[in-house]
Amino acid sequence: MTIPRGKVVAIMGISGGGKTTTLRLIGGQIKATSGTVRVDGRDVADLRGKALYDLRRRMGMLFQFGALFTDMSVYDNVAFQMREHTDLPADMIHDLVMMKLHAVGLRGVAHLMPSELSGGMARRVALARAVALDPMLIMYDEPFAGLDPISLSIIGELIRALNDALGASSIIVTHDVQESLKIVDYIYIVSGGRIVAEGTADDIRQSRAEYVHQFVWGEADGPVAFHYPAPPYRDEIHAVAGHA
Amino acid sequence: MLERLANGCRWLGKRVNDRIWRLGFASRFLLMTLVYSGTALRRFFLTIREIYFTGVLSLIIILVSGLFVGMVLGLQGYDTLQRYGSSEALGVLVALSLVRELGPVVAALLFASRAGSAITAEIGLMKATEQLSAMEMMAVNPIARVVAPRFWAGVISMPLLAALFSAMGVLGGYLVGVRLIGVDEGSFWSQMQASVDFREDILNGVIKSFVFGVIVSWIAVFEGYDAEPTAEGVSGATTRTVVTSSLAILAADFILTAFMFRGT
Repeated sequence: MTIPRGKVVAIMGISGGGKTTTLRLIGGQIKATSGTVRVDGRDVADLRGKALYDLRRRMGMLFQFGALFTDMSVYDNVAFQMREHTDLPADMIHDLVMMKLHAVGLRGVAHLMPSELSGGMARRVALARAVALDPMLIMYDEPFAGLDPISLSIIGELIRALNDALGASSIIVTHDVQESLKIVDYIYIVSGGRIVAEGTADDIRQSRAEYVHQFVWGEADGPVAFHYPAPPYRDEIHAVAGHA
Repeated sequence: MLERLANGCRWLGKRVNDRIWRLGFASRFLLMTLVYSGTALRRFFLTIREIYFTGVLSLIIILVSGLFVGMVLGLQGYDTLQRYGSSEALGVLVALSLVRELGPVVAALLFASRAGSAITAEIGLMKATEQLSAMEMMAVNPIARVVAPRFWAGVISMPLLAALFSAMGVLGGYLVGVRLIGVDEGSFWSQMQASVDFREDILNGVIKSFVFGVIVSWIAVFEGYDAEPTAEGVSGATTRTVVTSSLAILAADFILTAFMFRGT
C-alpha cells in the first residue's frame, strides 16, 4: 500500500477489517508483527521516544468522534499543540487558531466547550485541531460516521480542500463509499487484514469483483455472509426443544 | 474430585499470578509517572489547576467531617475521662487522636472517595473517548500531561486536607467539651499545648498523610489509565480505586504507626 504525496487515499472495508489498525500502525501506536510501515522514508517500527514524537508532530489525526479534550474550550483545543510544541507568543497563537477555525467555518464557536457542539461541529473543530501545525500527513478515522447529510458533505469538502491547501497527504479510513468516492484520488479495499481491491473511484465503481460489488452497492449477502458462523440451525432448535 | 481440586488450584494460581503481574505493572507506571513529572513541576500551573479540582473541591466534605468527628470525640472522650476524674485532659485526647490517627486516616479515606474516584473516572473517560490516544498522536505524552499533574496534586493536597481536618476536629471537640459540657477552657488548651509534641505527633501525622496521598493518587491515576475503555470498565475502575485505596490506607496506617509510635 502506498500513499503518494499530495493525494487523498481512502482505505475502505467492513468493520473489523483492519482499517483503523492500519492507521495505528502508521502512527506508531502499535507495532507491526510482520511487514514494514515507512513514513517519509523511515521505518516507524524503528522509531522510539523522541524520534517517534518528532514524526508524529508532522502528522495530524482526526478520530472517529473527534476526541476533543472535554475540559478545554474549542480555542484551547486548537491551540493545544501550538502551546505544547512551540514558543509562539499568545497573540500569534490567537491569530493561528482563528485562521484554523475560520478554515472550518467555526470561528464563532471558539469560546464554547466541546459539550456545547453538535456532532458535525465537533468533527470540524477536531479537523482544525488536526491541521493546527500544518502536518505533512493527515489521517482520518471514520470522519463521516454518524453525521447528517449536510455535515457529511461539509467534512468531505474540507478534507479535500485542506489537503490541497496544505500540500499534505491524507488517508481516510471509512466505510462510507459514496461520500469517499467523490473526494479521493485512490482507494484500497481491505478485508481480513489484506488488500482485496484497489484503484481510482471509477475503477472501484466499475469493478466486477464480487467482494467490491457487494461492498460498493451495500448488498446484504455475498462473499461477506449475512450469518456469523454458527452450528447448524436445526441442531440449535432441537437442542432448545430438548431442554424444554 | 482430584480434578476439581486441581482446577481450584489452577484458578487460585492464575488469580495470584494476575495480581502480582498487575502490581508490577502499577509499580512500573508509578516509576514512569515520576520520570515524566518534569512537565508537571516545570509548568506548575497544570498541577495548581488539578489541586483546585482535587484539593479545593474536597474542602467542604473534609471540613464538615472533621468538625463532626471532633464533636463526637468531645462527647465520647468526656464520658470516659470523667469516670476517672480527669475530664480536663479532654483537649489532649481530642488533639492526639486527631493529629496522630483520625486526621490523616479519615481525611485520606474521604479523599479517596471524593477526589480519587473523580481522578479515576476522568482519566478512564479520557481513555474511553480516545482523548489520551489523540494526545499521543499529537506527540504529547499523556503520562506527563495528564497523569503526573493529577498525581502531584493529590500528593500535595492530602497533607493540607488532613491538617485542616484535624484543626476542624479540635474546634469540634472544643465546642462540645468547653462550650456545651463546660470543661475548663484553660485546662483544655494548656494541657493540649503541653502534651502534643511537634515532632512526635504533628510531624508524624504529616508524614502519614503524605504517604496516604502518594498511595491514593497512585491508585487513582493507575486505575484510570488502566481502565477498560467502556462504561463498565470505567465504573469498575472507579470502584476499585475506592476499595483498594481504603484497604491500602488502613494497612499502611498500621505499619507506619508501628514504626512511629513505639513505646511513646
